[in-house]
Amino acid sequence: MALDITKILKSKKKSLFEDWMKNQLSNEGLREDLVSNEDLRAQSEELINILLQTLTPENLSDPSSASFDPVLEILSGIAIVRAQQGFSPRETGLFVISLKEALLARLQEEVKDNPIAIFEESLKLNRVMDHFIINSFETFIKGREEVILRQTDEIAEISTPVIRIWDGILALPIIGTLDSSRTQIIMESLLNEIVATGSSITILDISGVPAVDSLVAQHLIKTVSATRLMGAECIISGIRPEIAQTIVHLGIELTNIVTKATLASALRYAFQTLNLQVRKAGTQNATNQ
Amino acid sequence: MIISLSKDVVIIQREQDVVLFRNRVKEFATKIKMGLVNQTKLITAASELVRNMIRYAEGGDISIEVVSKGRENGIRLTFKDTGPGIADIQLAMKDGYSTGKSLGLGLPGAKRLVNDFNITSEVNKGTVVTIIKWANG
Amino acid sequence: MDKIPILRMGPFLLVTIQVDLYDRLALNLEADLVQMVSKTGAKGVLIDISAVSIVDSFMGRIIGNIANMSRILDAETVVVGMQPAVAITLVELGLPLKGVYTALDVEKGMNLLRSKISLVEDEDVNEEDDNIPV
Repeated sequence: MALDITKILKSKKKSLFEDWMKNQLSNEGLREDLVSNEDLRAQSEELINILLQTLTPENLSDPSSASFDPVLEILSGIAIVRAQQGFSPRETGLFVISLKEALLARLQEEVKDNPIAIFEESLKLNRVMDHFIINSFETFIKGREEVILRQTDEIAEISTPVIRIWDGILALPIIGTLDSSRTQIIMESLLNEIVATGSSITILDISGVPAVDSLVAQHLIKTVSATRLMGAECIISGIRPEIAQTIVHLGIELTNIVTKATLASALRYAFQTLNLQVRKAGTQNATNQ
Repeated sequence: MIISLSKDVVIIQREQDVVLFRNRVKEFATKIKMGLVNQTKLITAASELVRNMIRYAEGGDISIEVVSKGRENGIRLTFKDTGPGIADIQLAMKDGYSTGKSLGLGLPGAKRLVNDFNITSEVNKGTVVTIIKWANG
Repeated sequence: MDKIPILRMGPFLLVTIQVDLYDRLALNLEADLVQMVSKTGAKGVLIDISAVSIVDSFMGRIIGNIANMSRILDAETVVVGMQPAVAITLVELGLPLKGVYTALDVEKGMNLLRSKISLVEDEDVNEEDDNIPV
């Protein structure tokens, strides 16, 4: 008669759970700072319940069986949460590995008379559990990627502030390297702000851009061209002497673009274009008298 | 690996079909939450390719697909015609080259607007152009 | 047959494109507009594309054509209200519409045309220029 280890495991659920918990709690990878013992117990209990419920002699030999979906779902949930809480991959992996160890140890104890059968069945169980481990690693990494992606979005968002410095004048200080995806974000937020404020002059300040090569210059030129298509003028300011040098050495053509050394002189130029005058209060009085 | 999730085929015979086709692409792009700028780029690229199809091959058919690669969703458009084909693809992909009376921006411009651009052509048999634009590309 | 209406506003012509253009329609617009410039002796043409969501190389060429043809007939062309997504796409496409004036909206476009005309014809209608303190 074939050995049905699933039945044995199901009947020993209580002690299995305790074994597993002991494994987990004695492990140096336990993160009491990130998850409380009660939470860990609850998580573990949920997983072991659903696992023993779904485990049958049939799906034992088929790790990718769809009947394991509920188990994977719970595991994925745990792995994602752990990724966000800052668990290391090792700590996350140990969660399932320690369960596997508990299961195998229990089997070894329960079935002593049939070593060949237990070896075969253990192999199968091993495969199923390995499948779960791989899956939880995958979801763990996915969770980490999500965190990184969110941070990238946030950085992109906060690093392109479009400032309205005067009626009809926008300024955008660019800090850090300009790559094509950032240029897209900059262009989009700048152009949308032009529409929203009806501004006819924009100043791109590149004081915070560490280096301008031909690719960065191309991105700048694109941004200027796009603002012009909208019907606004675009001035580039904050050009440091060494950047002027590289621009000329690289043979980059910026002749159609208004460039200024500082944001202040760009602003002065913008005032002139808009026929605005900024004077000291004293001089204003003098002309009035 | 790129997986196709849903598919639709539009047949292009007349100029007016272009507007209809653009709207279909827009529907698909909106469904996968593609941003406005990327939508505009995709539809503009599609517009260039449809024009080529009508002008040189008197129409053809286009499949619109939602595709996914890992966590990214995108739109794949495949333009198939049985027209005269392109003898020198490299030349056709150069900015400013045109056998008709246009700016010659169609093919190279379309390529710049999408994430993935693939063209195969056989003289007197037809041309197949495939483009992919990712929702966050 | 579809037609894009051309409005006359003083010395200017105003075209508001509200529908998605297909090629024939765009070509008709080009022909109609040049006819109108010549018939009315308009000094400026305003093309409002704020409702247009797609401008491809063909549309771009038509706009460039209209500007060049009008200039030969002594009228300047201003394209107004281009959407941000359209502007970004045109730049990426490699079509920065050189030689065409642009403005944010119809009002700003109108002002731009006025300043162009007064510069060219040196009319004394525009007195403001003389009042700027030196």
